[in-house]
Amino acid sequence: MTPVNSKKTPFTFESVEPESGLRAALGMSRADIIGEVGACNLRGRGGAGFPTGTKWNLAAAAKVKAGGTKYVVCNADEGEPGTFKDRVILSDHADMVFEGMTIGARAIGATVGILYLRSEYVYLRPHLEQVLERRRAGNLLGQDIGGLAGFSFDIHLHMGAGAYVCGEETALIESLEGHRGEPRNRPPFPVDTGFEGQPTVVNNVETFAWVVCVLSRGAHWFKSIGTEKSTGYKLFSVSGDCREPGVYEFPLGITVGELLEKVGGQGAKAVQIGGASGHCVPASEFGRRIAFEDLSTGGSIIVLGPGRDMLAVARNFMEFFVEESCGQCTPCRAGNAKLLGGVEMLQRGECSMNYLQELLALCETMQLASKCGLGQSSPNAFVSIVKHFKDEIMGRTLAH
Amino acid sequence: MSADTRQDLNSSRAPMSQKAQQVTPSGSDAAGYIGGLVSVNIDGKDHKVPLGTTILEAARQVGIKIPTLCHHPDLCVAGVCRMCVVEVENQRALQAACAYPVTAPLKVKTHTAKVRQARRHVIDLLLSTHYGECYSCKRNNNCELQTLAQEHGVDFYRFGHVTESQYPIDRSSYSVIRDPDKCVLCRRCVRTCIDVQEVGVLEAVGRSDKTRIGTYLDKPLGDVVCINCGQCINRCPTGALHANDASDEVWRAIDDPKKHVVIQTAPSPRAGIGECFGLEPGTPMTYQMNTALKLCGFNKVFDTNFSADLTIIEEGTELLMRLYKALVKNEPVALPQFTSCSPGWVKYLEHFYPEYIPNLSSAKSPQQMFGAVIKTYYAKLNNIDPKDIVTVALMPCSAKKFECNRPEMDSSGFKDVDYGLTTRELAQMIKEAGINLPDMPKGEFDDPFGTATGSGVIFGATGGVMEAALRTVIELVTGAKVESLFENANIAPVRGFDGVRYVELPLPEVAPDVIPLLAHLIPSWDFLKGATLKVAVAHGTANAKKVMENIKAGGQFSQCHFIEFMACPGGCIGGGGQPIPTSPEIRKARARAIYEEDAACEVRKSHENPAVLKLYGDFFTDGPCGHLSHKLLHTHYTARGKFIG
Ligand SMILES: Cc1cc2nc3c(=O)[nH]c(=O)nc-3n(C[C@H](O)[C@H](O)[C@H](O)COP(=O)(O)O)c2cc1C
Ligand code: SF4
Ligand code: SF4
Ligand code: SF4
Ligand code: SF4
Ligand code: FES
Repeated sequence: MTPVNSKKTPFTFESVEPESGLRAALGMSRADIIGEVGACNLRGRGGAGFPTGTKWNLAAAAKVKAGGTKYVVCNADEGEPGTFKDRVILSDHADMVFEGMTIGARAIGATVGILYLRSEYVYLRPHLEQVLERRRAGNLLGQDIGGLAGFSFDIHLHMGAGAYVCGEETALIESLEGHRGEPRNRPPFPVDTGFEGQPTVVNNVETFAWVVCVLSRGAHWFKSIGTEKSTGYKLFSVSGDCREPGVYEFPLGITVGELLEKVGGQGAKAVQIGGASGHCVPASEFGRRIAFEDLSTGGSIIVLGPGRDMLAVARNFMEFFVEESCGQCTPCRAGNAKLLGGVEMLQRGECSMNYLQELLALCETMQLASKCGLGQSSPNAFVSIVKHFKDEIMGRTLAH
Repeated sequence: MSADTRQDLNSSRAPMSQKAQQVTPSGSDAAGYIGGLVSVNIDGKDHKVPLGTTILEAARQVGIKIPTLCHHPDLCVAGVCRMCVVEVENQRALQAACAYPVTAPLKVKTHTAKVRQARRHVIDLLLSTHYGECYSCKRNNNCELQTLAQEHGVDFYRFGHVTESQYPIDRSSYSVIRDPDKCVLCRRCVRTCIDVQEVGVLEAVGRSDKTRIGTYLDKPLGDVVCINCGQCINRCPTGALHANDASDEVWRAIDDPKKHVVIQTAPSPRAGIGECFGLEPGTPMTYQMNTALKLCGFNKVFDTNFSADLTIIEEGTELLMRLYKALVKNEPVALPQFTSCSPGWVKYLEHFYPEYIPNLSSAKSPQQMFGAVIKTYYAKLNNIDPKDIVTVALMPCSAKKFECNRPEMDSSGFKDVDYGLTTRELAQMIKEAGINLPDMPKGEFDDPFGTATGSGVIFGATGGVMEAALRTVIELVTGAKVESLFENANIAPVRGFDGVRYVELPLPEVAPDVIPLLAHLIPSWDFLKGATLKVAVAHGTANAKKVMENIKAGGQFSQCHFIEFMACPGGCIGGGGQPIPTSPEIRKARARAIYEEDAACEVRKSHENPAVLKLYGDFFTDGPCGHLSHKLLHTHYTARGKFIG
């Protein structure tokens, strides 16, 4: 079943002329492309917010190991609870994503592109294959792309198998190589030692689409939107207790309160920003900005209405992580289960203040010592809910 | 990884998340560091290390110990336990010192409050899911988890403690027992099996807190392609893997007055057992052990070196006959001939290269030859009913337990070897008998097999079988003394720890006569005049695999005449029954002890062993590879294949 299109605002992507970004890139030197992407200050839209220009620069400088090639990988695993904007982009703007990947290939010197598609999005596959076929036919993929002699690049799809952790770029690469989806030690980073040991750029679906806009309209245009440290627009997947859930385009730097107004979420008790691995922001902090320098997000906004039981919310998130930890490293493998146990104890009113403190200390360890971003961020929701809703939570404890 | 276990990155089957990663500086400005030194400051100490050195290693060099659990000097980096985390300046998260290569100047702090809390939490979390009691654990006092808990002041179960077993113990294997309740998921066994041994029996299965170490379709270890090498045991930090202990059965035999219990001791345990008594690795305990064994109650103590010499005669004769058949009679024979004394290697070949079974020497291993000789020749000589004899083999090996239980190993009419005992198990028995091994006066081996040669001793180290065989073959064929070719009869080219060694030995001259022992088999050595003997040595089955693949592809090794294969890295001194821990340094020290014992031997060559010659004179009267020898000293193999039903 194809989900209904949930676009709630116009997207810039609609108004950018198809292939104008690629056309511009083909007329530029590699260094200039990377320079433009760097100058606009575009930061990764997958959640971590790493500057895309810097990433591409590192990959461009990295040396290919004997007999191989560099790779451009599009991360379409979109597994964070509450995000679905990549699905909408892939449905409506697949050409633009592939165009962005092609620009990336030109910039770093890659010849192979892979789009790693979340397993639940398998219904999109025929559509995406069709788009790729059309691009090949139109000389937008293949040999001497756009008439630029020697520039060859093609893209294929690779299906995920349902593990959230495979959205983490090094686990994604392991999965591409046919192994268990487990994050690697970093360094070395994928830009140096990625797929099959070769320099690999991994970017989010949305990131690639914005690259096209930047090259089409120029870094200046992009920089004029958003805040100084968080330039440009961002797509938000809004769900939960609001009148108009869906996908929105807003400039970065928008406050939580402004956003709630636009989505019909006034009166919310809290907003979970950044999905299960994000932070729970209470109403008292709705003046904060959604931007990399304040509340960072890959786009997931879950509105929690006044009737929400915050322990139930915490439990839901912790159950997710207990399910999705890859199980490789101790803090995350065993820690999430302990946190879930703690939430259950809180629900039963059996968690002592003392043990709660032990758990909060454990959260710190998980955030600091886990091997990858999953374990490093899985305690966030628990920590922020305990911090901001202590009365609600401990109320039950005291009641017994 | 160390030299003898290092795997070619391209051939390794381990996923990148579990194997050594080549670190190259990214970005052109880092090029200046290549081959150069990077400065690190660790807890205030300035130091310079080669680019790519891990923080763990850099700290070690300045005398700072960072606790580890999943790290092992023989294995690639895993970075999973997070015990070794440290603070790196300007980084939000703590970093795993074992997995963090220094590629730019760094400032590191190794025991800040955050670090100590994180490490303590790691232990607390591991203990919370760790079902098992130290008293009843094979690794009590030799367990890295226990030591970490102690060193980090664990005095309560912060996050609770499981009180019920989660997984059954797998006792299906003759050699290796798995107790997953005690597993800390460090995956050292996985990395050992897949990378050092290239067998790949073990892998992590399941996710999150359901993760466990599993086998193919969760079949019992006795039913999969496990070669029983026990290398996983030697690298397991806890009691989750241990050998199938035979000490109770051995005590029972000793306690039975009707039983005549004899023990043969292989060369490697004597070089290792001291470690169980707090001695430095490489302290030989050969003669102290003889005394201790008698005190424990063994009736006779024999030296497996005797049957190692016997093996050399049988296997060497077999090789010469293969060469004779191939070169003189033009008969189709399988060459190169492969050694067959390592039961781990034998099972590896049976599983992965069954089509090469004809290349395996049909000679039994020294352990099994000795068993058969004891229950026939020795029984007759001493007028003991073989059914009352219990033969115990002290071995550095877990695979020997499987080997002695192979159904075909009953040529004496009885089970040739009743029990295989590991070095660790014997150490425990000796302690149980109240004996402090290093305090023992020296004792001799018993007759009639007493005298051993240096050739038998060096069987324990990689290259040793080859060296022993060459000493004999060279002397028999050329008539010249080995000493005239190699100083002190030390055939240095086949020694060492490189994973694969290849050696060519020209035979410009041959002896005028064939010694009487072989004259009825081979009339003259002329066919070898001017020939070049090509031999090779490989240890660790990952290295064996390289050689086998090369042979399959018709490469250099397919032209060899004789190849020594040992399943374990370092050979038997690194066997799966040896004291834990193991490391390249420890194995080197044990090897040193063995070569020293060889050098001190009066007789250094198998064919000069008077007891062996007497055995052929009195018992195997139709000579090496003769009728009786075929019945008692040779065996056959089973094509197992790698597909498990
Ligand atoms: C547990 C985990 C899951 C992730 N899932 C995704 C995902 O589904 N999609 C995505 O684009 N990035 C995901 N990321 C971030 C990626 O690791 C990576 O940073 C990103 O793909 C880089 O692209 P960007 O710089 O364009 O954002 C995830 C990270 C972690 C730690
Ligand atoms: S933090 Fe969690 S998901 Fe990441 S490596 Fe560790 S166990 Fe796996
Ligand atoms: S594995 Fe170690 S900690 Fe566990 S019971 Fe055995 S000795 Fe104790
Ligand atoms: S005994 Fe050897 S083959 Fe068997 S699981 Fe252990 S390492 Fe692998
Ligand atoms: S069995 Fe031992 S070596 Fe293997 S993962 Fe468990 S604790 Fe580590
Ligand atoms: S020893 Fe470094 S992570 Fe395990």
